[in-house]
This record gives sequence, C-alpha cells and structure tokens, in this order.
Amino acid sequence: MARDSGGGAEQKRRTPGKQDAEQEEAQASPDIQEKGEELKEELDALLDEIDDVLEENAEEFVKQYVQKGGE
Amino acid sequence: MAITKVMGIETEYGITVPGAPDSNPVLASSLLVNAFSGRGRKVRWDYEEESPLRDARGFEAAREPETPAEDDLGLANVILTNGARYYVDHAHPEYSSPECLDPRTLVAYDKAGERILAESARRAAELAPGGRRIQVYKNNTDGKGTSYGTHENFLVDRATPFARIVRDLTPFLVSRQVFAGAGSLVRDHHDGSVAFQIAQRSQFFEVEVGLETTLKRPIINTRDEPHADPERYRRLHVIIGDANMNEVAIFLKTGALAIVLNMIEDGAIPGDEWQLANPVQALRAVAKDPTLRTTVERKDGRRLTACELQWHYLDAAKTYLKDRETSHWQVEVLERWEAVLALLEEDPLKAARTVDWASKYQLMQQIADRDGLEWEDAKLALVDLQYHDVQLDKGLYYRLAAAGRVERLVAEQEITTAVTEPPADTRAFFRGRCLARYAPQIAAAGWDAIIFDIGRETLQRVPMLEPTRGTAAHTAAVLDASPTAEDLIRNLQS
Repeated sequence: MARDSGGGAEQKRRTPGKQDAEQEEAQASPDIQEKGEELKEELDALLDEIDDVLEENAEEFVKQYVQKGGE
Repeated sequence: MAITKVMGIETEYGITVPGAPDSNPVLASSLLVNAFSGRGRKVRWDYEEESPLRDARGFEAAREPETPAEDDLGLANVILTNGARYYVDHAHPEYSSPECLDPRTLVAYDKAGERILAESARRAAELAPGGRRIQVYKNNTDGKGTSYGTHENFLVDRATPFARIVRDLTPFLVSRQVFAGAGSLVRDHHDGSVAFQIAQRSQFFEVEVGLETTLKRPIINTRDEPHADPERYRRLHVIIGDANMNEVAIFLKTGALAIVLNMIEDGAIPGDEWQLANPVQALRAVAKDPTLRTTVERKDGRRLTACELQWHYLDAAKTYLKDRETSHWQVEVLERWEAVLALLEEDPLKAARTVDWASKYQLMQQIADRDGLEWEDAKLALVDLQYHDVQLDKGLYYRLAAAGRVERLVAEQEITTAVTEPPADTRAFFRGRCLARYAPQIAAAGWDAIIFDIGRETLQRVPMLEPTRGTAAHTAAVLDASPTAEDLIRNLQS
C-alpha cells in the first residue's frame, strides 16, 4: 500500500538486464538443468494428455460449432 | 455514497450437438434446463418486476429490441435451490448466479454454473435419442462472427449520477481485459489469416453507451432494471466481459470492479483526467496485442498502455481504501491486482496461472511449437474452443488445473455446495430455501419476489426488494419455524 498514486506510467517495475544475467548463471547449474528437463517432460506429458482428450477431426468439429446470437 | 456491492454474473453458454449440426439450439437448451430441473415441480419465473427496456438515462425505449417471449413458448425457466436462475435465453442455456456479497463467494457460484451445465448435459444424454450428446462451452463466441454474453451485475447507489459512472468506469472497462480476457483466435475476413486477441468480446463492441446488448453493443449498458427499490438503487448491468474459467480471474475482475464502483459512488476517481480519446477504438486495439505494449490515447493527449491505465485505478484504490475499514476480500483484491499487473508488464505469459487468455495463449504456443503448426491450423481453433468445455475430463482449462498449471481459489467442495445451497448473506438465501422447502406451493418467483399459492382466494406475494435482507440471519429462524408454506405466510404476516 506504499505505492504513490497516479504515477503508473513513469514507474519502472523491472530490471530486465539483471534478470537475464541471473538466468544465464542459473542455466550453468546442473541442478537447474535437471529441473529444466523435468519440466519439459511434464509439459510433454500434459500435451500428450491434451491430444488424447481433444475432439477428433478438429476441422469438422470447429466448423460445426455455429452459435446463434444471445444476450 | 458507497454502498454494499451486491453482485452476480449471468452466463449464456455455447452449445453444440456433435454430428448433428442442424439440431435446434433452442430445444437443446431447453432439454438441458429440463434435464437438470426435471425432478420436482418447476417454478415459473415472475416477470412482474422486469423492465429490460427502461433506460438508466431516464426514458423507456419505444421499440422492443428483446422481447421476453420465452415464457410464452413454454421454454424452460426455473429457479434453483441455490438461488440462481437457470433458463433458456434466445438459443442458449443461461445461468444467472444468485446475489453474492463478495467476489470470492461469487467465484464459487459462477463455477457452480459450470458444474450445473455439465450435469445437465450428462442427464440430457440419458434422455436424448440416438446417443446424441449436447456439449457445453463457457465462452462468448463461435469464431464465426457471433457473440453471446456474460453479464456482471452490481448494486449501485441511485444517487450516483449515471454520467459519472460512464465517465469514470469506461477507461477501467477498456483496460480490464488485460487480466479478465479469455482470449480467442480471430480470423481476418479479407485474407483468412488468424491472430490471437486477448479478449473474446472486445471485437463485438461498437459504441460507448447504450441500451442494446445484441447489436451496436455499448461499453456501458444503460439497462435500468434494478430488481430492487428503484428509489435507492440501480443495478449496473456490465455487458463487456468474457466468461472466465480461471477462478482468480473471476475474483479479480468482479472484485476490482466492485471497489472501483465504490470509488465512483464516493467521487474518488479523477474522471476528467482519465478520459480516453476514443474508448471503442482503444478497447479493440488493446485486445489485438498480446504483448500488451499498445498504447491508447487519452483526451489530454497522453498515450498509455492498458496496464498503465489499470495501475492508475489500482493506485487510486489503495489511496481510497487506506483510511477506510476494509474487508478481507478488498485487501486480497488489491494484492492480486498488483501482482497480476506486475507480471503482465514483465511478460504476459508469466500471468498464465491466473489469467485465462495468457493460459490459453501459452498452451496454443506450446502445441504449435511441438507440432509445427501455423496459427491457422484447425487444431489450435479446437484448443481455443475446448479450453471452455465444461466437462471436467475434457475441458482443457480443467486439464491445466489438474496438472497444477493454474491457480485455484476455492475448494471443489465449496463449488459442490454452491450447486445446491444458497449464499447465506443476501436475499438469495430466502429464495433458495423457499424453493428447497415449499416448491409445490410456489406459483412463481423472481429476483425480488416469491409468489405462493397456498389455496387461498388470492396468491400471496412475498416481496424481497432489499437484496441485503432475506439472509440466513434474517430468515433462518422463521423458515425453521415454518414446516409448510402456509406456516411461513402466517409467520411472515404476524
């Protein structure tokens, strides 16, 4: 609650340079590398799972989804 | 003067019958509502206090843009024991949440709507011929030029000039989509190319203020139908917003708007300074840019991003609430509002856990990267649609939630409870409880009245004009002391 009022436009809220440097450093660590591979495996598993639940014949399914107006 | 923000969300759901593209959507919608409410007697909706043509600017529309003829056609239109209205509106099943006093409760009741639609589809499949299934989507466009609505409602002090609401709220609604948008792929009619927009509804808005909801949609809707004492209240009918799957997004979009409305009632927004040069153009420009770097022009000539417009509202809200007694939810809204704006400015995809459009956009990018797809690929259009499927095992939002990739706000048990139980702290409590206990003796019911038929010569109308009365605190005792509707009427009259 300490932010001043009305100055949103002028305020700098991040320091990209510093963050990038930190990221590079992080990539060098084997722990993080392992973590990165783990995350990729998780993502692959999720995308496979999504492939399994997606409707068959995407083009036809999307084409048939036609709604009347509402409200 | 700032008043308690009673709030609710109405959602028209999209429906399709796979393999039967020519099936009648009105009948399919009816089937859904009837399948869910089939058990027990159906209670008719009471239209007496409805006046959708009354305009907040002080006149009544001469013609009827939307005729409430549904009831004449005998279409499904019921009240649920949780205090919600569930009915067929045009060619869609619509769920109108019960009145809630805080955005967190509203999240539970809005999510309860998804569960009710999913259960309706499951029951309808058992009734439907030939194993046909109706599939239901909580979204706002079919991607072919048609939109259907998600409307939020807020109780506002009648003494607040409507012109002030228009002035002070418009820049907020134009920029709110950065965290409230559900995102969609939009096809260019000229060259067939496809681009991602951060909000589904923004492209469908054409004017700044007006009474219409189906054509020439306005950023500020003037429908003046308070469903409450018209001398004291208006009900602001906010038609510009997407249906959200993400619980945090529902919480934040309604919570932030509730705080902003309190500020407007108290004259705490520097409205003149914040005016946009062209709100409709700004709305569309912001929607088209998932990097959120697009700037829009204010009347004073300054150009700001949508996030910057939101920071101004947030900063003003902090100042406004600093010296006031705040509730838990208001504190949480301020914290979440700040957190999401910081993430969105850093990298919009970092907000994917709490922002629907970012979540969906990220998923589309991941699928496109893995499969080597162009944005025009039908598979991505399907992802766009199926993100909103209300079936827990098929809806992609739910798959992301199950994988821990989105943040949830309410426990599943709270949602399950909200399917059947009314909120305790508004008149929805009395409505829902009466429905649960005395349905056979209820001739009709609406937002602000219940009409009983207890075998007397005339029907007995119980008015509920004050949304903050009829709560558990006010009425649980009299309901408990009234085993029958006759008892209830007698006890209320004594």
